Amino acid sequence: MSGTSRDAQPTAPAEPMSAALRDKLVADAATIMARYPRKRSALLPMLHLVQAEQGFVTAEGIALCAELLELSTAEVSAVVTFYTMYKRRPVGRYHVGVCTNTLCAVMGGDAIFGRLCEHLGIGNDETTDDGAITLERVECNAACDYAPVLMVNWEFFDNQTPASATDLVDRLRAGAQVTATRGARVASFTEIERLLAGFDDGRADEGPSAGPATLRGVEAASKTGWRLETSSGEESR
Amino acid sequence: MTAQLSPVLTRLYGVDRSWTREVYEAHQGYVGLRAALRHTPEEVIQLVKDSGLRGRGGAGFPTGMKWGFIPQGDGAPHYLVVNADESEPGTCKDIPLMMANPHELVEGVIITAYAIRANHAFIYVRGEVAHVYRRVLSAVNEAYRAGYVGPDVLGSGFELQITVHAGAGAYICGEETALLDSLEGRRGQPRLRPPFPAVAGLYGSPTVINNVESIASVPSIMRNGPAWFSAMGTEKSKGMTIYSLSGHVTRPGQYEAPLGVTLRELLEVAGGVREGHELKFWTPGGSSTPILTAEHLDVPLDYEAVGAVGSMLGTKALQIFDETTCVVRAVARWSEFYAHESCGKCTPCREGTYWYVQIFERLENGEGSEDDLDKLLDLSDNIFGRAFCALGDGATSPVTSSIHYFRDEFIAHVRGGGCPFDPAASTVFAMAGSSSELGANP
Repeated sequence: MSGTSRDAQPTAPAEPMSAALRDKLVADAATIMARYPRKRSALLPMLHLVQAEQGFVTAEGIALCAELLELSTAEVSAVVTFYTMYKRRPVGRYHVGVCTNTLCAVMGGDAIFGRLCEHLGIGNDETTDDGAITLERVECNAACDYAPVLMVNWEFFDNQTPASATDLVDRLRAGAQVTATRGARVASFTEIERLLAGFDDGRADEGPSAGPATLRGVEAASKTGWRLETSSGEESR
Repeated sequence: MTAQLSPVLTRLYGVDRSWTREVYEAHQGYVGLRAALRHTPEEVIQLVKDSGLRGRGGAGFPTGMKWGFIPQGDGAPHYLVVNADESEPGTCKDIPLMMANPHELVEGVIITAYAIRANHAFIYVRGEVAHVYRRVLSAVNEAYRAGYVGPDVLGSGFELQITVHAGAGAYICGEETALLDSLEGRRGQPRLRPPFPAVAGLYGSPTVINNVESIASVPSIMRNGPAWFSAMGTEKSKGMTIYSLSGHVTRPGQYEAPLGVTLRELLEVAGGVREGHELKFWTPGGSSTPILTAEHLDVPLDYEAVGAVGSMLGTKALQIFDETTCVVRAVARWSEFYAHESCGKCTPCREGTYWYVQIFERLENGEGSEDDLDKLLDLSDNIFGRAFCALGDGATSPVTSSIHYFRDEFIAHVRGGGCPFDPAASTVFAMAGSSSELGANP
C-alpha cells in the first residue's frame, strides 16, 4: 500500500461507554454468539456491532469483545487492523466509497474521486468538518457492469459521473433522503453496521430486483426465444 | 454467430419481487429440494458428479468430487461454507444473483448440506454490499419459516441451521482457507494444505466450501436431471454459466450462456465494443487471469480452451478495454490492489507486490528504464509458484501477460517520459462531450 499507513495510527479517543450501552452490547453480543458453534466466530459481527453503537471500533469496544470472547485485546486488535471496514477514527454519517480499481478508474472513477476531493476539500480516508461525509477509495465492489460506481454506506450508486457524484454528496450534506440507484433508501453508517452484525432491518423489499445492466442478458434472451428446463416441462418458453 | 443464451440462474432477474419465497416458488422454487430429499445423500452427490458441474468461483474443480471427499459416517460435525465474498476485480456475477434470486442459493445450500451431511451451513457475504446482505438474510429467514431450514427439513428428519455472516473488507477472504480463518474470528490468512478443508476445515471439521454460483446451480440439476445440465456446454465444461461483460462495451451486463461461448458471440449480443472504438485487451475471468487480446475473440470460453491460450476461465468476468486505455496504467492499478490486499503472511507476495507498485510508479512518472521490464518479470518469477496461496500467482498474471502482449507500450513510457495516454478519453463520459463532466484527472 502506498501512502501513509492507517495501521500506524492509534485508535482515536471516544466518549466513555455508559453502563446502559455496555449492557446493550453484552445482550446483542450474546445473540450473535448463539449463531455459531464456537463463540470466537462472533468476533467480526461483534466489531460491526461496536461500530453500530460507537461509530468506530473504540478501545473500549475492543476490550469488551476481548472480555466476552476470552481473547486478549491484542488478539482483537490484530483482527480490527486487518479488515478495511473497521474504522479506528469516527466516520461521517455517510461513508462515500469511490471505486478506483482498474476498470472503474479507467471508466471515470479516478475523475470522480478527484472531483469529490476538490469539492469536499478532503482527501482519502478523511471526513468533512461537518461530520457528514467520509471519503474513501475502495476496491472492486462487484458492480463492474455499472462502472464507474460509488457506494454510500455500502449501497450501490451505479453509472456515476463527476457531476452526479458532487450532486449526491451535496444532497447528503443537506440532509436529504437519498435512495440507492440499485438498492435501498440510504441509512446512516451506524444503522448499516447494525445490519452487518446480523440484525435484520426488515428492508429487503426496498429497491428493484435488478438494475438495467443485470437485465441485459435476460432481455436479449427473451428476444431470441429460449427453451430451457424442458426435461421437467413447466419452465419452457 | 450470436451467442445462444440460456437463462436459468438469471431467469428471475427483473421479475417483480423476485427475491421473495412466494415468487421463487412460482418459478419452480424448492422443486429441486423435494427431488433431492427423495434420494440418499450419496445419490445426490452422484447426480452432481454426473452433471459435470465444476466450481464457478474460478478454479473449476468438479463440485460433486469435492463433496465426495467428505468422509461419511465419521461421527464428526460437517460444515458447508458458501463463498459469497465476491471481490475479484471485474467479477460481478454473484452479487446481482444474490440480490435478485437469493432463494436459488438458499435452496442449493440446503441440498448441498443434505448431500454432505452438514447440519450447519454458513453464507459468508462480503460486508460492502448492504442490500445483498439484506436479501440473503431475508431469504434464509423465509426458508426457516417455510420449514425448508430448521430442525426437520420438510419432514425428512434432516436438521439444518444456516448462518449468514458478513465479512469486513478483505479480498484475501475469497481464498477458501483464509475465509475459514476469517469465519473463525481471525485475520483472514490462508492455511497450509494439506490437510484440505474436506478433512480439516472449519473448526477442524470436514468442510465443503463452494462459490455462490456453483451452489445456486444445484437446484436446477436436481429438478431437471444431470443429463439436462450436461447437454449444455463443451466436452469437459458442462452446463450454463454467467458471463459478466464490463468496460468499453455497448451493453455491459450479465449474460448467462452455455460454457464454451466465445467473446465474439457475446459481444454481438452486447452490441460490440463501444461505438467508434476497437478492442485492445480483455480479461477472461478477473484481474488474476492473464489478459488476452483481439486475437483471442474466437476462443471458446470454457476451462480447457482458455487455459490452452495461456490464461484461465476464472470467474468469467470479461473486462473489455478499448484502444483509449493505457495497459500500463491498468496493470499498475491492479498491482496496487494486490499490494493492498496481500495478507502479509508470505514474503514473495508481500514484498513482490510492494516492489511491483514502486516500479509501476516509476514507469508512469517517466522515471523508469527498460531494465524495469526485466525487473518486473524477475519479480514475477519469484512470486509465481512460490507464494503461499493463489493471490500471489494472480498478482503476476496481469504483469507478465501485459508485458508479453504490449512490451512496446511499456517501452513508450520509458522513452517518452511517462504515459502517452489521455485518461479522460477512456472514461464513459468522454463521449458525452460536456467538459464539465471531465472533472479533475491525475
